[in-house]
Amino acid sequence: MFQSASPFADYIDATFLTIVGISSLVLLGLLIAMVYFVIRYRRSKNPHPTNIEGNIPLEITWTVIPLVLFMGMFWMGWEGYRKISIIPEGAVPIKATARMWQWTFEYPNGVVMDTLYVPAYTPVKITIRSLDVNHSLYIPAFRIKKDAIPNKENLMWFKTSKIASYDVACAEYCGLRHSYMYTKVVSQDSTDFESWYKAASLKQSKVYQPILSKTQ
Amino acid sequence: MAIAAAAHGAPEPDFYHAPSKHKGIFAWILSTDHKRIGILYLFSLLTFFLIAATLGVLMRLEMLTPGKTIIEPQTYNTFFTLHGIMMIFLFIIPGLPAVFGNFMMPIMIGAKDVFFPRLNLLSWWLFLAGGLLALVSVFLPGGATDTGWTFYVPYSIRTSTNVIPALMAAFILGFSSILTGLNFVTTIHRMRAPGMTWFRMPLFVWSLYATAWVQILATPIIGITLLLVAIERWFGVGIFDPSLGGDPILYQHLFWIYSHPAVYIMILPGLGVVSEILPVFARRTIFGYKFIAYSSLAIAFVGSLVWAHHMFTVGMSNTGMFVFSFLTFLVSIPSAIKVFNWIATLYKGSIALEVPLLFILSFIVQFCIGGFTGLMLGALAVNIHVTDTYFVVGHFHYVMFGGTGFGLFAALHYWFPKMTGKMFKKKPAVVSWFMVTIGFNVLYFTMFILGYQGMPRRYYDYLPQFQTLHVIATVGSWILYSGILVMFVNLLISLRKGEKAGANPWGGETLEWTVPSPPPLENFDVVPTVTTGPYDYSKYEAVQEAK
Repeated sequence: MFQSASPFADYIDATFLTIVGISSLVLLGLLIAMVYFVIRYRRSKNPHPTNIEGNIPLEITWTVIPLVLFMGMFWMGWEGYRKISIIPEGAVPIKATARMWQWTFEYPNGVVMDTLYVPAYTPVKITIRSLDVNHSLYIPAFRIKKDAIPNKENLMWFKTSKIASYDVACAEYCGLRHSYMYTKVVSQDSTDFESWYKAASLKQSKVYQPILSKTQ
Repeated sequence: MAIAAAAHGAPEPDFYHAPSKHKGIFAWILSTDHKRIGILYLFSLLTFFLIAATLGVLMRLEMLTPGKTIIEPQTYNTFFTLHGIMMIFLFIIPGLPAVFGNFMMPIMIGAKDVFFPRLNLLSWWLFLAGGLLALVSVFLPGGATDTGWTFYVPYSIRTSTNVIPALMAAFILGFSSILTGLNFVTTIHRMRAPGMTWFRMPLFVWSLYATAWVQILATPIIGITLLLVAIERWFGVGIFDPSLGGDPILYQHLFWIYSHPAVYIMILPGLGVVSEILPVFARRTIFGYKFIAYSSLAIAFVGSLVWAHHMFTVGMSNTGMFVFSFLTFLVSIPSAIKVFNWIATLYKGSIALEVPLLFILSFIVQFCIGGFTGLMLGALAVNIHVTDTYFVVGHFHYVMFGGTGFGLFAALHYWFPKMTGKMFKKKPAVVSWFMVTIGFNVLYFTMFILGYQGMPRRYYDYLPQFQTLHVIATVGSWILYSGILVMFVNLLISLRKGEKAGANPWGGETLEWTVPSPPPLENFDVVPTVTTGPYDYSKYEAVQEAK
């Protein structure tokens, strides 16, 4: 159901599903207790209540256990974020520029494309900027997102684990055609990417659409 | 609650029939009686709620199919902006404090009115003025504002729509909120009846107290921030505008320094309503009174330090990310404590499954789901993926609507007999609860799945693979909306045709149930003296021991 195509996508999904799992268990427990109490102690069966004002050991228990669980979740989230934020040396540098309502991608050789072509299995570093209002570069299949903010350069990196193409969206509201600010990221194996890159730099074409042989 | 009351003289007229120096509508809109002001708020607020809910249903209808279904993209953008502004500034923020806080809080602490009755009236007038300005701005030349309720710069500086009237509306509404907070803090400090110590106060009053402090301390920040956006639009000073050297992220920090605490302004009174209503229908004392009271203060305090978790993708330092994520997890602890104490309050109670309790049970489950998805959003790695998607939309509707909204519905049914002197019809109320609960969950739970699949929020159009879930959500919105209409129609009919309600139809023990329904002008003939805590149901237990 959820497309996953980068090394941290699996880690993020695992973090997400861990929290979903723990939450579902706790929710189920609370729900069962709630429904059971409401039925078991309904006024027709239990006309006389017992006033229990509290219980300190219980209060401590249900403070400490959530605290431990929450700290675990926090740490998983933080570890995952470190994977997202630490950019490997030698990543292929690409500049992404956002404007209302289009993405463009500039390669080191000066070629500018409106689709993001990347070599597969290789770290890619994207420098994100905006020419007008706030946007956000969002690749759901890679589970990453970074805002494009005028006068600021933000960084993002990823490494694709498949040869395929994926949706790239704008995730920060930017006006009339915000929902149409979609493009694609296309990952090709290194030989295909190299030949495309050379051809692109030879032709110096602004919007060059290569024919992709091995993409799915 | 045991009270030493003096003998009654001739029965006083209720506050609807009390003599007033003004006539007709002026007896309402110029009244300084906290109960009349509460009713004024109730009607103005529910009107805004219905308008905003209708906008919401229309947006869902638009989302039924990809491409255009009923409205154009610009209209859609103004709809979600107005829906947000109205729901937040005109419904949920004033919501429980302005209506039920105004009407009930002075009675609950044994006072005749709030400390500053005229200031109270002024805050309603400011509320109305702000609300009308927001509505008028829609029809001014330039068109309704399309920035989203967050007014993010630079878009809010660049758009040609009527941003300034909308900013001014929010600015004025902020003052209304500050005045209400100021009034409540003062009233709770200065006007408690003899014997009403801090730890004998009803928990709804505690939650209002915590909320009021947040209102006083945080609201000025949004006021100045919105004013700066207006100044930027008028004069181009270069505070936020990047083309003049300003910083758009500064705006986001300032905005969320208020708007995250505002989330607690919205939810705390809802939590208070749960703590208030549960003991009455469980007919036993609340479990862990002090823990619930202190957790409100803890939420108000720690909640003021977590704002930047709305901004995890703007490009913050890793230190910032670490700290704000950590604090976000910390602030969920007091909420968890509340939930456990509520469930424990049902243990060995004598439970009557009346309509207010039904809404409260829905509240608890939905608030938990809202809280759990909040944990997912607080976890940095997950946040990066789901922030600014439907996941967030689902999350905050679960807390704000599934929580506070349902709390307001519960409060509406719980205090309806006290405010009107009439009892509502139970069957249609149960039907409406069922429809609202089912519709709500179908609508918003779907959004979690949509969000995790990568459906960004504030999208007029969407990719075809999302359609099935969008259709499900839209059907949910129809059930929800119909349920709300059934509820309001039932209450309106009951207002005319409902049976007379006694002073204490639910068997509550807090002070508002000791005065007639509806209460007389100055609430109490004789100021009550309080000798026990708020939820003393030992008399029901004593019978058992005698057997």
